[in-house]
Amino acid sequence: MRSLTQRQIQRVKWIVFLLSLLPGGRLIWAIYRDSLGANPIEFITRNTGEWTLYFLCATLALTPVRKWLGWHWLVRLRRMLGLYSFFYASVHFLTFLWFDHFFELTEMWQDVLKRPFIAVGFIAFSLLIPLALTSNQWMIRQLGGKQWQRLHQLVYVIVPLGVLHFFWMRAGKNLWIQPTLFAFGVAGLLVIRLFWSLRDRQKRESHN
Amino acid sequence: KLSGTINPLYASTEKKTGYRDASTYNNFYEFGTDKSDPAETANTLKTRPWVVTVEGEVKKPLTFDLDNLIKLAPLEERIYRLRCVEGWSMVIPWMGYSLSNLLKKVEPTSNARYVEFISLADKRQMPGINSRVLQWPYTEGLRMDEAMHPLTLLALGMYGDVLPNQNGAPVRLVVPWKYGFKSAKSIVKIRLTKDQPRTSWNLSAPEEYGFFSNVNPEVDHPRWSQATERRIGEDGFLTRKRKTLMFNGYSEVASLYAGMDLRKYY
Repeated sequence: MRSLTQRQIQRVKWIVFLLSLLPGGRLIWAIYRDSLGANPIEFITRNTGEWTLYFLCATLALTPVRKWLGWHWLVRLRRMLGLYSFFYASVHFLTFLWFDHFFELTEMWQDVLKRPFIAVGFIAFSLLIPLALTSNQWMIRQLGGKQWQRLHQLVYVIVPLGVLHFFWMRAGKNLWIQPTLFAFGVAGLLVIRLFWSLRDRQKRESHN
Repeated sequence: KLSGTINPLYASTEKKTGYRDASTYNNFYEFGTDKSDPAETANTLKTRPWVVTVEGEVKKPLTFDLDNLIKLAPLEERIYRLRCVEGWSMVIPWMGYSLSNLLKKVEPTSNARYVEFISLADKRQMPGINSRVLQWPYTEGLRMDEAMHPLTLLALGMYGDVLPNQNGAPVRLVVPWKYGFKSAKSIVKIRLTKDQPRTSWNLSAPEEYGFFSNVNPEVDHPRWSQATERRIGEDGFLTRKRKTLMFNGYSEVASLYAGMDLRKYY
C-alpha cells in the first residue's frame, strides 16, 4: 500500500467517490421512503451538518496519515474529500435558506446577524467557497503554488469555526459529547501541524 | 381506552397531528436526548401502580392513585396546539380536566403562590437518568394563577386512549400557551409553595429558558428566532413556516401578565 500504480489510484478514487456519495444517497432514499421521522427537514439539516464536519476532519487527517504511514498517494484524494465537505455544507446551507427562510434573503440575513451560532456557520461556509472555486488545476496555475497554498490554509480557520457552530448549537441542551469529540479531534490535527512547522523552522535555523 | 366528552370550547378546526408523529417525536430526556429515543425506550416505564402526592402549602395534603385521578373529575377531550421551544408545533387531542379540579381538593393555603411539578426519576425504568444533561428529577413550576387557569390541563390520555409512555404516561401537565417543556410529564409529586420553584431547564441554561416561558414571537431564543414555527406533518418542503402567535394563540391568558415586562420575565 505504500505505493500504488496509476490504475490502482484511479480505482481507489472511484471507491472513495462512491462511498462519499452514500450519506447523500441515503437521505434521498429516506425522503422517497418517507422514513426521516416527524421532522424530515430538521433531520436533513443536522445530518448534512454532521457529514460536513466528518468530511472536513477526513480532509485534515489526510496529511498526518500520509506522513505517518508513508502512503504518499493519499494526497491524490485530498481535493475530492475537500469538495465533498463543500458539497455537504452546501446542502446544509441550502436547507437553511430554503426550508427555514424560503429564500427570503433579507430575513435570512437578519437571522445570520442576530445569532452568533448561525453567523459562525455562515462565515465558515462563505470561506469554503473560494477554496472550492480554486480547487481545479487551472486555478492553481493562475494563482501560483505559493498563493494557492496560502489561500487553502484558510481551512485551519474554517474547521474550528464549523466545530464552534456545532458546539453552540448543542450547548443549550447540554449535549456535549459529540461536539467535544470533534473539538479534540480537530485540535489534535491542528496541533500536529503546529509541531511540524516549529520543527521545520528549527531545522532551517540550524542549517543557517 | 379512555372515554371523555369533547369540550366544544377547545374543539379546534386545525388539522390534528398524526398519532404516529405525535408519539414518535418526543423530547423526554429521561428516555434519551434524541427525539426518537423515548418511543424506542419508554416501554420500560411501569405506569401502574402510580401514586401522585400533593403537598406543601395546603390544608389537606393528599395522595392519589391512578384510578382516583381518572375519577376525580369528568374527562374532557381538548384539542390544543403544542409549541415546542425548538420551533416546531403539533395539534394534539388530549384527554383530561383542568388542573384546578385537583388543586381545589387539597385546599391551598393563602401562602400557596406557586405550584411545583416533579416527574418520576427512576434509573431502573428510565435509561436517560444516568446522563447528566439535566438535573433530576425533572422539575417544573407555575404561578398559582397560571395553575388555576381553566386552560391548564391535567392530562391522562390523548387520541382517545391512555397516554403512551413516551408522551408522559400516566399523568402529565399540558399548558398550551407556554413552550412544551413547561408541561411536566410522568408526574409523581405536586407541591404548593410560597417561593418560586427552581425548574430543570432554567437551572441548566437560565439565559435560554426562563421561568415563565410563554410562547412569544417577539422574544427570540438566544440561538434562534421564535417568530415562526414548523407544524409537524404540514409545513416545510412546499410551504413556508407559519407565524407563531402570542401565547400560542390563547389570548385569554393575557390578563395573567398585565403590567409585566414579558421581555424581562421570559
